[in-house]
Amino acid sequence: MKIELLPVVKLEQLTPTIYALHLRSTYIAGTIQPGQFVNIKVQQSNYPLLRRPFSVASKEDDTITIIFDVVGEGTHILSKKEPGDVIDVLGPLGHPFTMPGRGSIPVLVAGGLGMAPMPILTQTLADHGITDVVTFLGARSKDSLIDYKLKNVHFATDDNSKGFHGTVVALLDAWLDSVKAGKVTVYACGPNPMLRALQSALRKRSVGGQVSLECVMACGVGLCQGCPVASVKGDKKYELVCKDGPVFDIHSVII
Amino acid sequence: MTDISTDFTLGSMVCRNRVWVASGTFGYGDECPDLVDVNKIGAVITKSLSLKPRDGNPPPRIVETPGGMINSIGLANIGLQRFLEEKAPFLRALNTAVIVNIAASTIEEYKEVLGRIEEADCCDGYEINVSCPNVKEGGLSFGTNISMTAEITRVLRPLTSKPLIVKLTPNVTSVSEFARAVQDEGADAVSLINTLIGMSVDVKTRRPKISTTTGGLSGPAIRPVALAKVYEVVKSVTIPVIGIGGITCANDALEFFITGAAAVEIGTANYIDPNIAVTIADDIEQYCRNNGINDVADIIGTLQTDQTISVVKSWL
Ligand SMILES: Cc1cc2nc3c(=O)[nH]c(=O)nc-3n(C[C@H](O)[C@H](O)[C@H](O)COP(=O)(O)OP(=O)(O)OC[C@H]3O[C@@H](n4cnc5c(N)ncnc54)[C@H](O)[C@@H]3O)c2cc1C
Ligand SMILES: Cc1cc2nc3c(=O)[nH]c(=O)nc-3n(C[C@H](O)[C@H](O)[C@H](O)COP(=O)(O)O)c2cc1C
Ligand code: FES
Repeated sequence: MKIELLPVVKLEQLTPTIYALHLRSTYIAGTIQPGQFVNIKVQQSNYPLLRRPFSVASKEDDTITIIFDVVGEGTHILSKKEPGDVIDVLGPLGHPFTMPGRGSIPVLVAGGLGMAPMPILTQTLADHGITDVVTFLGARSKDSLIDYKLKNVHFATDDNSKGFHGTVVALLDAWLDSVKAGKVTVYACGPNPMLRALQSALRKRSVGGQVSLECVMACGVGLCQGCPVASVKGDKKYELVCKDGPVFDIHSVII
Repeated sequence: MTDISTDFTLGSMVCRNRVWVASGTFGYGDECPDLVDVNKIGAVITKSLSLKPRDGNPPPRIVETPGGMINSIGLANIGLQRFLEEKAPFLRALNTAVIVNIAASTIEEYKEVLGRIEEADCCDGYEINVSCPNVKEGGLSFGTNISMTAEITRVLRPLTSKPLIVKLTPNVTSVSEFARAVQDEGADAVSLINTLIGMSVDVKTRRPKISTTTGGLSGPAIRPVALAKVYEVVKSVTIPVIGIGGITCANDALEFFITGAAAVEIGTANYIDPNIAVTIADDIEQYCRNNGINDVADIIGTLQTDQTISVVKSWL
């Protein structure tokens, strides 16, 4: 990991509030693994004070892409960046997704902006010769379904504006009826209520998987102990999302 | 280029500079070797250590507030045993001063932890965090009770010849009385401030933003308060005062030195850049060079006010 000042290559607006920010970094593009994140100081002032964590969504040559939703001051400031601006970025951070076992089909499940780590995961799986990826993407409505660089996507919307009418977990659950439990590895990211529903759906079917968690962070590197998630494995009551995660065995954490 | 004296000696502890990293904001010094050369930090103060490991509080533990953050980590730490096994060898091998910060819930626990670290000989000094509840006194915080704060100092003092720094909480009416009390019991220095009590509410859910409702406020937002407390204490004790609170750059640190702090600790700013203490120490050296100052000590207690401060500067 390093702290670098990265030039903005391009800021793409994907929806009224969602953006793709492309930054130039030979170092991060060369070392990033799917599921890892960067911690961004959105501007050099005491407001906002702390860095903001974002998954790296994809990489191409010497460029990395972050996909973000404007939810507060930090992301608002990011949405005003222009080519030529430089941004203070710490990364890559955290533990990545691991590749599925031989013969296991990777099933990517994302809710809303939980899609962020999925493009680079799809890309990395393909680099490993794994192309039979199945992706389930859910959101409130079709305007917030971001299928940026995703493959073989099944959509679900709460308002029935695209694809399956209902939650992405319900859609996945129905699909799992047609496959053997031992044949799939689930990769998930999304809001906590969705992840809890997913966890119990998978547990019933004895399907395993990996989940990328989000929580408020200060340092992103293990200095503050501010990002615990309750763990059911080992003797530790809590794991740190930034350092031990953000990717965990989906059945090892209490979300 | 002239050589600027940056070092600071506190009893048997020699620090290469006066910019330290604060407890709880730098782990055990071994978290991010890629980002910082720990040996360039004036002193590394470890996360508060208790006898038994502590899981800490449930999430959420932190929230950002204007110019700062509130935390309720709950003194999550690995406990004495694992500290001695896993961290002490690394700390012993460091080529800079190491200060172990101790937190406990009984006087006996303070004594045992300090005693066992003393045996292991893995540090150059101690900082005593008194901002924890005393379980024997119904959970009353040691640090807000002057006689308990004095007693901790009194019982720990004979256990070590290394410097004993007592870290004071600002959540009291008169912090200088606490400083005088621990000075009288033989503390080598006081450090302040620990976090201020703070709170933040999510208006949508009407729930507090951290799990314990109130927590510790830190960061630039508390700097003016911290500075005023340091000023108050500097005027009332003769032992060195270590300034802590919202320091993010050399200029912030200079405010504390000018006010009379012998050294400073950097806390929250480490979360933004773990190398910040080194940068600040370098920038202070440059400031001295630019201003014809040969020794950082010459800045200390140079506050120009209409009132005269009578600080006994024997420790400079
Ligand atoms: C490992 C990790 C990866 C992430 N990846 C992405 C990503 O790829 N794209 C993306 O848009 N967002 C991602 N997030 C969430 C992102 O960090 C927050 O949306 C961002 O910090 C909000 O900053 P802000 O200043 O705009 O909002 P703030 O004003 O800080 O907060 C606005 C709202 O967002 C919530 N929030 C703040 N920080 C977080 C956080 N860290 N996680 C969840 N909710 C938060 C707050 O509770 C509040 O309700 C990720 C978070 C983590 C921990
Ligand atoms: C997340 C966090 C954890 C902390 N943990 C400890 C601790 O374990 N022991 C301690 O004495 N102080 C602890 N502190 C207090 C700091 O050492 C420091 O006194 C305080 O944060 C003020 O300095 P700052 O504004 O530079 O952060 C902690 C502070 C923060 C923000
Ligand atoms: S964010 Fe600081 S330890 Fe995880």
